[in-house]
Amino acid sequence: MSNEHSMRRVTAIRNGTVIDHIPQGHAMTVLEMLGINDKTSVPVSLVMNVPSKKMGSKDIIKVEDRELTQGELDRLALVAPDAHVAIIRAYTVAEKMTINLGAEVVNVVRCTMSNCITSNQREPLPHRLKVMSRDPLQLRCHYCGRTQNLVELVKNVI
Amino acid sequence: MSGLITMDDLTNEEIIAILDDAERLLPVAKGELYLPLLQGRILGNLFFEPSTRTRMSFETAMKRLGGDVVNLGDVKTSSVVKGETLFDTIQMVDGYTDIIAMRHPRQGAAQYAQDSARVPILNGGDGAGHHPTQTMLDLFTIRQAHGRLDGLKVVLAGDLRYGRTVHSLSHALTRFDCELVFASPDLLRMPRDIVSDLEAHGAKITETEDLYSMMKDADVIYMTRIQKERFSDEDEYAKVAGAYKLHANDLNDVKANMIIMHPLPRVDEIHPSVDATRHARYFEQAFNGVVARMALLCKLLGVSVPKNVEKEGSAF
Repeated sequence: MSNEHSMRRVTAIRNGTVIDHIPQGHAMTVLEMLGINDKTSVPVSLVMNVPSKKMGSKDIIKVEDRELTQGELDRLALVAPDAHVAIIRAYTVAEKMTINLGAEVVNVVRCTMSNCITSNQREPLPHRLKVMSRDPLQLRCHYCGRTQNLVELVKNVI
Repeated sequence: MSGLITMDDLTNEEIIAILDDAERLLPVAKGELYLPLLQGRILGNLFFEPSTRTRMSFETAMKRLGGDVVNLGDVKTSSVVKGETLFDTIQMVDGYTDIIAMRHPRQGAAQYAQDSARVPILNGGDGAGHHPTQTMLDLFTIRQAHGRLDGLKVVLAGDLRYGRTVHSLSHALTRFDCELVFASPDLLRMPRDIVSDLEAHGAKITETEDLYSMMKDADVIYMTRIQKERFSDEDEYAKVAGAYKLHANDLNDVKANMIIMHPLPRVDEIHPSVDATRHARYFEQAFNGVVARMALLCKLLGVSVPKNVEKEGSAF
């Protein structure tokens, strides 16, 4: 099935963001990481289990009237480091944004260990977690050394 | 200059070199020789949690080498109770001192302090995390007794879950190819992420609840206290309190040169009857805290320990 065909499963959006090539089954986590929930007022379309040549199957999200910020891209990188993000303006792709999951994630998520020094929110140094593994995602707190996975980290988005 | 936060900050060669320095400094640590290698240097002692041995041995180590010490004192009377962040406290002490020894109830605090400071930080314990200066004195004690570190069988017993001394020590022993036995009640097993990490580094580990059956061919038995203060639930503590009580009568079949160590304080896990046996090594171990910390202070302050300490030092 062509990419255009799978994209047509939901209406083309006039302005907003399309996040394509999300690993199958991770769309809900992406929404959670981006803070998109029942309180979000803009239209959001979500397509799951779309056949994909490259990935077997994938998820797609379209968010209308909202362009992802760099901070949101950094969060997205934890769930879908290989996703494609396109900013849509007047029904055309105005910008393609690059997701980058580097060796360290800074000020994107907090360490999940309740006794970590960084759990004191008044401490000013950045939240730093080293990327130990991309798939499955495993991060290690620079300060306390605790290894943590995506299921734990979703609740600790900054 | 970077400090000592975890044992990963030292290579095996550096560990051996520091133990050699410590060996040579023994007469200075005992007060038989005066060698003011650190004259004019100031150590900041920041203990946000109670400490007897670590704090006092750092202070003794610095003073035996002619240096001076400033103390945070009781946390209850410092700015910490007014809500000062660790970052701010470190900025202040960083300006007053040349090196900082720190203990803090939160994990990661030592690394956080090192990232906030210009002077080296010596981690004297961060929550249930690491305690590398204790590990250095433990390695010194083991090498003193056995003449080597490589290939020994070491039984670590008691609170392996919250006991930071055993976390740091087991990492170091793995690097010296020691065989490890973790003996603990199920509730206090070594954390899974630490076991995985050790295994990934090639550790040979046996986990058991039965300490006594593992003692026969051990070279070292390292006992630890079940730490009441780490339990939020009294009932949970009651389930494991007094899990192991080592008595002199339990030592009939052990190796003649096996040593029993303990970071102290002890409660009832080592009966006083053990103190008089040839195996007891915990009080020497506590003394070794001075000499190991002397060597570490020199290393992190960039001061060489002379090859011939007797010649360089002066008698009292």
